[in-house]
Amino acid sequence: MSINYRNILPSTQWKNELTRHAYGETLVELGSTNERIIVMDADLAESTLTRYFRSAHPDRFIEMGIAEQNMIATAAGLSKTGFIPFLSSYAIFLTGRAWDQCRNTVDYARCNVKIAAAHGGISVGKDGPSHQSMEDLSNMLSLVNMTVVVPADQIETRKVTAWAAEYEGPVYYRLGREKVPTITTDESPFIHGKALEVVDGSDGTIIACGIMLSQAILAAELLAVDGIYPRVLNMATLKPIDVEAIHSAADETGAIVTAEEHSIYGGLGSIVARIVASSHWRVPVIPVSIENRYLTSGPPEDLLEIAGLTYIDIATALLKSLAMARGEFEVGGVRILPEMEKGDIRELKFGG
Amino acid sequence: MADYMTALFFKYLNIKPHKPNWEDRDRFVLSNGHASALQYALMAGRGYFPRAELLTFRATNSRLLGHPSSVMLPGIEISTGSLGQGLSVAQGMAMGCKLAGKNELTVYCSCGDGELQEGSIWEAVMSASHYKLDNLILMVDANNAQIDGYVEDVMRLEPLVDKFKSFGWQTIEADGHHMQSICESFELAQIRTGKPTVLLFKTTMMKGCPTYENIPGWHGRPPTPEECSGMLKELGFDETYEEARKTLAEDC
Ligand SMILES: Cc1ncc(C[n+]2csc(CCOP(=O)(O)OP(=O)(O)O)c2C)c(N)n1
Ligand SMILES: [Mg+2]
Repeated sequence: MSINYRNILPSTQWKNELTRHAYGETLVELGSTNERIIVMDADLAESTLTRYFRSAHPDRFIEMGIAEQNMIATAAGLSKTGFIPFLSSYAIFLTGRAWDQCRNTVDYARCNVKIAAAHGGISVGKDGPSHQSMEDLSNMLSLVNMTVVVPADQIETRKVTAWAAEYEGPVYYRLGREKVPTITTDESPFIHGKALEVVDGSDGTIIACGIMLSQAILAAELLAVDGIYPRVLNMATLKPIDVEAIHSAADETGAIVTAEEHSIYGGLGSIVARIVASSHWRVPVIPVSIENRYLTSGPPEDLLEIAGLTYIDIATALLKSLAMARGEFEVGGVRILPEMEKGDIRELKFGG
Repeated sequence: MADYMTALFFKYLNIKPHKPNWEDRDRFVLSNGHASALQYALMAGRGYFPRAELLTFRATNSRLLGHPSSVMLPGIEISTGSLGQGLSVAQGMAMGCKLAGKNELTVYCSCGDGELQEGSIWEAVMSASHYKLDNLILMVDANNAQIDGYVEDVMRLEPLVDKFKSFGWQTIEADGHHMQSICESFELAQIRTGKPTVLLFKTTMMKGCPTYENIPGWHGRPPTPEECSGMLKELGFDETYEEARKTLAEDC
């Protein structure tokens, strides 16, 4: 038996590309056919790559300077005159500093504003914790009307951007700083609110979003060597979440691991755990997220490793979840005896 | 910025590098936290830590993070990186010094000019004047540059002198590369007048390296080793980048 990929490329065919480049390019295309699209930035057009739009459609690009709060509430006003503002800065500043504008104006008044946040996650790297964002998703998920999307790669970023322009209502989505593997193809569907099965399997399910989708697929490839075949879901839309796909995963595969480049508080892991706990309480859910800590400066790969966000962490978590589903805790040769259950099993290092 | 910061760190800032938490120290807040490399170099120069440690800048688990962290590095008064917050923090320190009866301590805050576009800056400018914080000195690096271009094109700030004056600040303009003007303005700013003081230092980004001067595009791009060597040469140093690194590495 071998891995059954669906809608995606196997890791041997991945190429690393920038999601923000895809964002910038798609805005230019959309702007050519849709006169209502306006792009705003807060002194980061050179970085978020909205500068492509600034060159192509200078009359519909609004530079706001370093003033994120002003930008968001201005976008709300523009939306009320029939325009469709896409605005960008870094995730931590948009969803942190300007959270009240997001909440009390954009979301409460249900404004048609599209917030595309660059430098999501910790893979921002060397700038350090002040520029890393492990809270943006929970900040936005708590907003009532906000749609929250985390595209996995540059192709999905293009699709989400095009979809957001058509959708009526506030949208938040994440872009990254680094080049990340292009996993999906032009044919892979992006359906708002729907999970996409990218690896077929029944030995548990890994539910991932954003750059963690590549790590999830690598984990599935690693586990396949041992004859373990988990399902892998790309959960690009975090809100509204695909409850049905989560229920099916619980029913059909019996164990769940989530993987996200986000704090353990309030992201994908929390959502999935809440849904499973209220319907399939016997099905274990293990989140692979960032524990309660600030990271450091450093190259993205180092940070992901320090944060425990690698394919090895995911594979280990999956083995553990399968063991838990079987009513035992035997993983990677370390047998955790029942009396140890009471202790902190998180402290134990499993597998490789 | 390096010129007036050197004057500040070596002539005016009353600190004890070997006792970073000395109660009666002046305070310094780098609100434009992306200028961390400059602060680290000055701190090493004053003996907070060996210069060799500068080579760990931005490396995994280094104390010299991309933006300064007060949790990681003694001598940093407050973590920064999100622009527009440092002036409020400095204001809090200035209030604290006064409340503690230590009006002789001075709180210095550094901001970029683009940073002044943040609305919260003007909230602090308003309140510092309201509370007559004459122990607070704001230094603005008026280099007319930010990430997306020249400040005047991205989001005009001028007339900055009028703005600060109308908010009730003592406002001093100076050439930020001319050491005598820099020192004169610091000395004027020390005098307690009942008003906070802003020093508007006119500067040129990459001053002294004609090949690279005044190009906003250099904001976020680290130079290659060869480019660094070229810059060192233009600045009048004989060492190449690699040689300079070696010299630093030996200082431990
Ligand atoms: C709140 C916030 N928004 C955006 C940024 C990203 N950023 C870092 S430096 C910078 C430009 C700063 O311009 P200026 O203050 O003039 O400093 P200079 O470029 O002259 O050093 C921007 C937008 C940030 N660090 N914080
Ligand atoms: Mg500037």
